[in-house]
Amino acid sequence: MEAIKTFRSRTVVLPTRDIDTDQIIAARFLTTTTREGLGKSLFFDLRFDADGNERPEFPLNGPEARGADILVAGNNFGCGSSREHAPWALLDYGFRAVISTEIADIFRNNSLKNGLVPIVVPEDVHTWLVDNPGVEVEIDVEALSLTLPDGTTTTYPMDGFARHCLIEGLDQLGFLQQHDAAIEQFEKERPWTP
Amino acid sequence: MRTLFEKVWDEHVVVPATDDTPSVLYIDLHIIHEVTTPQAFSMLRDRGLSVRRPDLTLATMDHSTPTTPVRTFKDLAVVGESAANQIRQMQQNCRDFGIDLLGFDSDRRGIVHVIGPELGATQPGKTIVCGDSHSSTHGAFGALAFGIGTTEVGHVLATQCLLQRRPKTLAVNVSGRLPAGVGAKDIILAVIGRIGVDGGTGHVIEYRGDAISALDMESRMTVCNMSIEGGARAGMIAPDDTTFEYLAGRPRVPRGETWDAALARWQELVTDEGATFDNEVSIDASSLEPMVTFGTNPGMVIGISEPVPDGGDDPSFRKALDYMQVMPGKPMTENDVDVVFIGSCTNGRLSDIEEAASILEGRQVADGVRMLVVPGSQQVKREAEARGLDRVITDAGAEWREAGCSMCIGMNGDIALPGQLSVSTSNRNFEGRQGIGARTVLASPATAAASAVRGKVADPRQLMNR
Repeated sequence: MEAIKTFRSRTVVLPTRDIDTDQIIAARFLTTTTREGLGKSLFFDLRFDADGNERPEFPLNGPEARGADILVAGNNFGCGSSREHAPWALLDYGFRAVISTEIADIFRNNSLKNGLVPIVVPEDVHTWLVDNPGVEVEIDVEALSLTLPDGTTTTYPMDGFARHCLIEGLDQLGFLQQHDAAIEQFEKERPWTP
Repeated sequence: MRTLFEKVWDEHVVVPATDDTPSVLYIDLHIIHEVTTPQAFSMLRDRGLSVRRPDLTLATMDHSTPTTPVRTFKDLAVVGESAANQIRQMQQNCRDFGIDLLGFDSDRRGIVHVIGPELGATQPGKTIVCGDSHSSTHGAFGALAFGIGTTEVGHVLATQCLLQRRPKTLAVNVSGRLPAGVGAKDIILAVIGRIGVDGGTGHVIEYRGDAISALDMESRMTVCNMSIEGGARAGMIAPDDTTFEYLAGRPRVPRGETWDAALARWQELVTDEGATFDNEVSIDASSLEPMVTFGTNPGMVIGISEPVPDGGDDPSFRKALDYMQVMPGKPMTENDVDVVFIGSCTNGRLSDIEEAASILEGRQVADGVRMLVVPGSQQVKREAEARGLDRVITDAGAEWREAGCSMCIGMNGDIALPGQLSVSTSNRNFEGRQGIGARTVLASPATAAASAVRGKVADPRQLMNR
């Protein structure tokens, strides 16, 4: 995973609440055995009509969405299925962060493990971002801050370990493996371990 | 004084959390299937790692598998080339890493969350994970069970552990006697309607109260299964005699003295009197009626006699009603039905099929309705057939299939068509979940079967007590 410290980008806004991972990437695209190339399936049924034509009203299809790497979404983004294909598809499409007032647990975990930054902001900041699509914002993962075009800065919560892994570009398996001796000891001390 | 969750959690902490690092949590049972594991096995190969505890890994195939019989590779053609490839890769991965696979040649194959309990691999006090959000099902036994992503599947394969921060606790107290014709599915739909689809985010739920204790194990699994639809990664129920009776004698449950020792441990797995939860809600079971969803998430749910709410000018709500083509102010019973699906890890067990069959017996599926009944496992299929339920189902004009996830997730070719209304015993009514443009109404097996007979969304109580 690449280290992520700070970046600036414009936003694209999907204001709908409770966007589930089935909408992010439908189950029929999950028969893949790799994690690459899923961007083309992202939000497929929202992006395209039954004939495969782009739906012009869908925000990601607008010309202003091109090059916008930050997705601002309605409350409870990423609910539902645990499919890690959801952050894989968002990253492959080019997104680097998702901003909402709430992000579902499993999706947030999966995002952090792949370098997609999940950002939960207060209601007023969110409302402003929804009302002003396409603005350029700065995301600082080291400081856990989000800076709006007028220079106002808001901080967002993130587990310290997850933040450390993002800014150092570390994957968490390495950390787990360091505890191999403790795991072995644990297994020995629990005679009822199945 | 600790809650049930805290007892199970504490028991599995290998390395405690610090301000800077999460806990290392030991996993007692890892269930794997073909869809969310290929990339994890690739990671193991890339790094030259092995599977630490193949003996604690339970493997099967359910998501992209056909629900028509598979005798040779050619029979996989019905699910398409990429799904067939995924199935073959699962077989190869299990062979290469020394994991027993309950595959097409096994009479124990089935949906991950149906076979775990059926085999007795799911036990009180265990930590259980699977790359599937409905892993919460296993919490019905007093296990701490939750869904994980594929990267975490790799972590468990390699180390049998996960890095976790301790979640908060939410008590859902359900009291009172359930009215006739109202069951576990109606309870959990009512709970989700009450707390909302994000009400449990960051929490583990414990379902408590006399209405929960009165449920049999299959019903408890239905309740815990849908915890994730309320945003909670896990839902638990304290084990009791109902739990122990269910488990006794199952293939992977200890026997003799080991059983006695296990039982003594399991009996400690209750929330201590005076232990507190971070949040609590209460539901009166006696006031419930059969529940049906009207929108595009499981929290958009009403009683069968209630009108679809208006929702004001909330655009997300409007969008959901537009997609569902339902009218505010009218009950769901005015909607014509095209498809009925009985099955899934929510309602694909024997008692669910019995419930549906009791409505279908001596009746016919309405003209123009397609009804699919898919057992949750090959074991459920055999037991249902031994009771003659398959005949009741096919005599009524419904299809009786092999085990799998089928139309709950619609990735094996079992789908509803664009615009079709499906009354489904599954767990998600998300847009497109059962097929592009398909409209899903979640309901109990009784409600789904009654809807098949009537050809409209129907109140099962009108078809009971013959």
